[in-house]
Amino acid sequence: MALSTEEVLAGLAELITDETGIDAGEVALEKSFTDDLDIDSISMMTIVVNAEEKFGVTIPDDEVKNLKTVKDAVDFITAGAE
Amino acid sequence: MTKRIVVTGLGATSALGGTVADNWKNLLDGVSGVRPLEHEWVEQYSLPVTFAAEATVRPETILDRPTAKRLDVSTQFALVAALEAWADAGAPDVDPERLGVDFATGIGGVWTLLNAWDTLREKGPRRVMPMTVPMLMPNASAGFLSLHFGARAFARTVASACASSVESLDSAYHHLQAGDADIVIAGGAESAIHPITVASFSSMQALSRRNDSPATASRPWDVDRDGFVMGEGAAVLILETEEHAVARGAKIYAELAGTATTADSYHITANDPSGAGAARAVRHALATAGRTPDEVTHINAHATSTPVGDPAEYTALHSVFGDRVREIPASATKSSTGHLLGGTGAIESVYTVLAIREHIAPPTINLQNQDPEIPFRASNKTQQLADGPQLAISNSFGFGGHNAVAAFATYDG
Repeated sequence: MALSTEEVLAGLAELITDETGIDAGEVALEKSFTDDLDIDSISMMTIVVNAEEKFGVTIPDDEVKNLKTVKDAVDFITAGAE
Repeated sequence: MTKRIVVTGLGATSALGGTVADNWKNLLDGVSGVRPLEHEWVEQYSLPVTFAAEATVRPETILDRPTAKRLDVSTQFALVAALEAWADAGAPDVDPERLGVDFATGIGGVWTLLNAWDTLREKGPRRVMPMTVPMLMPNASAGFLSLHFGARAFARTVASACASSVESLDSAYHHLQAGDADIVIAGGAESAIHPITVASFSSMQALSRRNDSPATASRPWDVDRDGFVMGEGAAVLILETEEHAVARGAKIYAELAGTATTADSYHITANDPSGAGAARAVRHALATAGRTPDEVTHINAHATSTPVGDPAEYTALHSVFGDRVREIPASATKSSTGHLLGGTGAIESVYTVLAIREHIAPPTINLQNQDPEIPFRASNKTQQLADGPQLAISNSFGFGGHNAVAAFATYDG
């Protein structure tokens, strides 16, 4: 089942809020996980593991370092959740 | 040169309430915190014991969710108690390099560990959260409290089973005497009411089986006692050098006059029936305080309500105090709180501090027919302490043969 960018963004924002307390409204496509949202590596891995379960995708460890922005993650998940 | 160490803040959360004030009120009112366990796992595993003293205020209802989900429940309890104690101490403005943490747990993050094991088996390694190890490690509470309160002098973990949190006070006492810090956040936390621990303590025949009457199950010194009752929660004492406390105009509850620890080297779980190790701990704590047994006015006993542990403690104290032990108002507060394991010595120390401040020995509830072999001066009602300055001891003994005693005295300025 293909998911829209909006659906994935909303779902991802929920996971980020749950892990970090960051307001979901702050989670926008252009935001950097580290520079803008101040998400550390352990929180990032927690979000990745939860996203894999939520969206039914696999995000290899090697790929995580390429997910710099929220858009990178949304695109990867959207492509993977075909 | 010996410094005076004082208590300037208190925090507690347990089956008697989520604050020190609620704990103290319910304790004096003779409330039992012991209730049936309403979890599916009790029936699922046909546990032989179906009750415990669960904390009344779940910490995840107080802490923000991102903080709570990164902490084992034991550390959540630790944080809640520490926040209360820190605020009670007036949120001291202290050099971070002069603020330390001495914190205890008996078992650590057992829920985190076993939940992760379930996740691994059901969903595979990928689903095991990266925070699993830093949440379950025994030093999680000491480390997190250091992080939260900006304590950089040291963050030490003490683990000696049910003696743990008096040993944390002992560690703090020595750190302060050595000049390693001006203030120490000390105490202990436990959240180990898990089917594994219930099953293990049951197999050991250590727990009360009074499933038909949980509120009367914890009955130290009563002839019908049949084992201890598991409790949970945390307590924190803010300990400070007198010099530092006075300089900042802090409210001073009492003096931590002395502490001591000894080891039995007798059996891994059984008490030494001679009580020799426990007696040495009492004597050493009083000697450290520069006081004598004759001066002791109140005893908060370890008194878990087991058939063999309770008389062994009496034997130990009789060897120190002689027949005068029958005259000293004594309390067995586990009758109300159950046994907080690694948090028990800290919460009993909080009660001891309040007892000597208010001249009230808390009730030993369910004491209906006192065992003639354990003739402490005890009551299922409160007892008035004599007028004048007080000197009280709080005892804790743990699996491993650990004995720990803290002596608290009226602070006379």
